[in-house]
Amino acid sequence: MYSRMTEIAVGLFVAAGIGALVMLAMKVSNLGAFSDTEGYIVNARFENIGGLKVRSPVRLGGVRVGRVNAINYDQDRYEAVVEMTIADGYDRLPIDTAANIFTSGLLGEQYIGLEPGAEEEYLDSGDVIELTQSAIIIEQLIGRFLLNEAGSE
Amino acid sequence: MFEPIRLIGEAALRKIARLGQASLFISQVIASLPMLLRRFSLVVTQLYEVGVLSIAIIVISALAVGMVLGLQMFYTLRDFGSEQILGQVVALSLVRELGPVLAGLLFAGRAGSALTAEIGLMKATEQLSSMEMMAVDPIKRVVAPRFLAGVLSMPLLAAMFSSVGIIGGYLVGVGLLGVDSGAFWSLMQANVDFYDDILNGIIKSFVFGIIITWIAVFEGYDAKPTAEGVSRATMRTVVHSAFAVLAFDFILTALMFGGN
Repeated sequence: MYSRMTEIAVGLFVAAGIGALVMLAMKVSNLGAFSDTEGYIVNARFENIGGLKVRSPVRLGGVRVGRVNAINYDQDRYEAVVEMTIADGYDRLPIDTAANIFTSGLLGEQYIGLEPGAEEEYLDSGDVIELTQSAIIIEQLIGRFLLNEAGSE
Repeated sequence: MFEPIRLIGEAALRKIARLGQASLFISQVIASLPMLLRRFSLVVTQLYEVGVLSIAIIVISALAVGMVLGLQMFYTLRDFGSEQILGQVVALSLVRELGPVLAGLLFAGRAGSALTAEIGLMKATEQLSSMEMMAVDPIKRVVAPRFLAGVLSMPLLAAMFSSVGIIGGYLVGVGLLGVDSGAFWSLMQANVDFYDDILNGIIKSFVFGIIITWIAVFEGYDAKPTAEGVSRATMRTVVHSAFAVLAFDFILTALMFGGN
């Protein structure tokens, strides 16, 4: 009914199609770079998270080590709670590590930058980072600048 | 006085009746799909006709589209000093929209028209009625394998389109225009999400595959058994598939990417 060549051609077609899907998944998307299932969870509280989003990167000295998992608002303390997953390979962060929200470039995406502290103990799953610095909101900066200008005259 | 209104009503009723016929037809086809598992050889033959023979046009068009996209985007992005995001722009537009839609339009022109013409000609030369005479159900034997092959081929072809298009953009952007290769890939990976972008694109191409193949096999099966009838059915397949792909693309985009 159908020849050997047809079978081979169809086999190649299906293999090429699946190969294209794998290339899209691994090479084009973020699936190959970092998987969010493996790692431990750390929370941080911020006064203002600016434009931080779920899946925003977490960087340590500029190296991507994790990803923001969830963002919630704590109504009791009036603070935003950011839950992030950090890859298991980076498990020696001191407990006095600081978390800041930075912007990559002038108009780039926002990310959490971690700065390791000096304590002997390391952060564990579920721990809360106490030292945080909120995102810089450009409108506030401009407002403060204008206020200073007005005050100095 | 009521004549123009009556004509509109008549046309609308005819369209709705035809949609009903097409739905009944496709439900028969879907009901006979499980039987194909025992005779998968029929599907393999059709995968060759529908899928393998479409690769050439898909790959060549994708390469051209990717290269042009890279070229045009580069000149605009350069004005803002952000030509590094070329990879991201090319990948997102291909994966989300251009890959599924253009692959769908090409698929309708290359494979859909061929399916309609083949089934229509089988009907015109009374091959389908002679099958019925021999107690072979033409829907099971002729239509269902072609439908399944079309539905399976379309996502694979769309994925090939997107991948080859991105390679085309890479060749022009990095090879010709001097965008940094590392930034091209890393910004693409940072901003293309597997579930939100790639999986949604695959779902789109799957939906397009169902629609195009459905239209193609129904038009062929429903064609007037004359030379003119087959030619009209083929023309309708291409036109209706193109409209359906574009309309459904808008709806699916609004549903999938409307949230953010």
